[in-house]
Amino acid sequence: MQENISNSNMDERSIYLRSLVIRALKGGQRGHIGSSMSLIEVLRVLYDDFLKYDSQNPNWEERDRFILSKGHGCLALYALLADKNFFDAKELDFFCHNEGMLGGHPERGKIPGVEASTGALGHGLSIGVGISLAAKIKKKDYKTIVVVGDGEINEGSVWEAAMCAGNHNLKDLIVLIDYNKIQSYGFTKEVADLEPLKDKWESFGFRVFEVDGHDIDDLKTTLQETRNIKDKPSILICHTVKGKGIDFAENNPNWHHKSSLKEEDFEKMTNSLNLRK
Amino acid sequence: MRPTSLNCVYDLALKDERVVFIGSDLGPGVLDDFKHNIPDRFFMEGVAEQHIVGMAAGLALEGFIPYVNTIATFLTRRCFEQNVIDLGLHKANVRLISNGGGTVYAPLGPTHLAIEDIAIMRTIPNMTIVSPADADEMKRFMMQTVDYEGPIYIRLGKGYDPIVSRDDIPFKIGKAISMKEGTDVALVTTGISLALVLEAAESLEKKGISCSVLHMHTIKPFDKESLLNSCEKVSAILTVEEHTIIGGLGSACAEVLLEEGMGNKKFKRIGINDVFPSGYGSQKEMMIRNGISVENIVKTIEKILQ
Repeated sequence: MQENISNSNMDERSIYLRSLVIRALKGGQRGHIGSSMSLIEVLRVLYDDFLKYDSQNPNWEERDRFILSKGHGCLALYALLADKNFFDAKELDFFCHNEGMLGGHPERGKIPGVEASTGALGHGLSIGVGISLAAKIKKKDYKTIVVVGDGEINEGSVWEAAMCAGNHNLKDLIVLIDYNKIQSYGFTKEVADLEPLKDKWESFGFRVFEVDGHDIDDLKTTLQETRNIKDKPSILICHTVKGKGIDFAENNPNWHHKSSLKEEDFEKMTNSLNLRK
Repeated sequence: MRPTSLNCVYDLALKDERVVFIGSDLGPGVLDDFKHNIPDRFFMEGVAEQHIVGMAAGLALEGFIPYVNTIATFLTRRCFEQNVIDLGLHKANVRLISNGGGTVYAPLGPTHLAIEDIAIMRTIPNMTIVSPADADEMKRFMMQTVDYEGPIYIRLGKGYDPIVSRDDIPFKIGKAISMKEGTDVALVTTGISLALVLEAAESLEKKGISCSVLHMHTIKPFDKESLLNSCEKVSAILTVEEHTIIGGLGSACAEVLLEEGMGNKKFKRIGINDVFPSGYGSQKEMMIRNGISVENIVKTIEKILQ
């Protein structure tokens, strides 16, 4: 699998969704840029083509449950939730504001469509396992989808949860790893090498798929394929590019998070994005 | 107390389909009836406390009421962040049943002593903390745990303790029980220490010292009103707990009393000092070594009244 895939072109929808991320960054003058941009296509395909939901009735009993365990990637989630009318896109302008709805990590109960409050890493998969077990007990067929970060899976609790998911053959649990290969300090290979990642998840009882996390068709087809797995949980190792779409942020650990963005930064980001058309 | 508590979980599960049991890696045969009769709501997930608390939160978000059981130290210290975020922040209806709260595991040494569990759980918003005095009270309490809102930390003291709670006084989570009213000193306690305090009170009465005894089975939410009522008439207050003196019942009482203008009264805490208690032996021996004894309660009261 190619390590750092970065196509020079993106379709209009991917560019539009990224522009929503920039809108929120502007609203809060801060945010996790790289960690959100790498997630756009993964979340786009989930919300456009895979998840069952009703944005006007977010607690609809039959919905699929989606948890962004890497809560710091929330700008990508907010972009999708705004795009799908879970809330008004105007909220993006108040990202991280005193009385804003959207904080630097997503909170359940405040934001329609957010199933669990995340941000402290290594929590989402256990919660997802609980939600998936609940489906089994209630004999419901909803799916539970959990997106984890590559740095996040340094947390031991992730592996406790993985062991349990494999042990219970949770076929309706799907994990996606945003494998952008950069964590806060630097490259995952240097900080805490995750390889051989596929073997690790296989040995924990998962059916493992590797996909190009920016390729819409690849993501769509692979997600559909998980529906045929009847005896174990699935995981998609999504090979992504940190900062995808913003050339100077791509694969650049310095753009993991920024807390004092200026007007010129937004211009540079928008210009860079527009070059991908 | 422990078998009573777990049997209650089974009884509750038979009556209510929302009740789920999650153990970590408990002894063989624990809740076998539950496992055989309601297998889809019985989970034994191995030595993974962080995970089981998160998993319990997930089940709770879907409407279940999980009862999680393992050793107190691991259920509080090991998975503290899960307790804060997954349970507290989500107001998840999870019940944590902690084996060996206090010095129950004295023979096993400092790794197994849960002497700061109340202190650390107290800092979590939305968390309720209950420490029943004996098996009978545990039963009355457990019946109220199903429809209670938010997470509950349940401190299990040692089993086979004497029955000192009173069934003529209704049990209500959050409402302290005045066991005795007096005019000289107020003895405030929680959990199994109630037995010691009642015995000490009897001995003090014989010496002409009139005692109030307040049993604060619920440490959070804290029943200010009952504490103030018990302390109003007396000149000295002593708290007794099988816990470090930092951050537990004594601290909670001190905070309230000082803020409510009762700082002029004599006040003393009995508990484990800021040390890792040394030695092994039985729970009782460890408590005596650390001054949590009838004798030391009596002695301390006599001293502060001088």
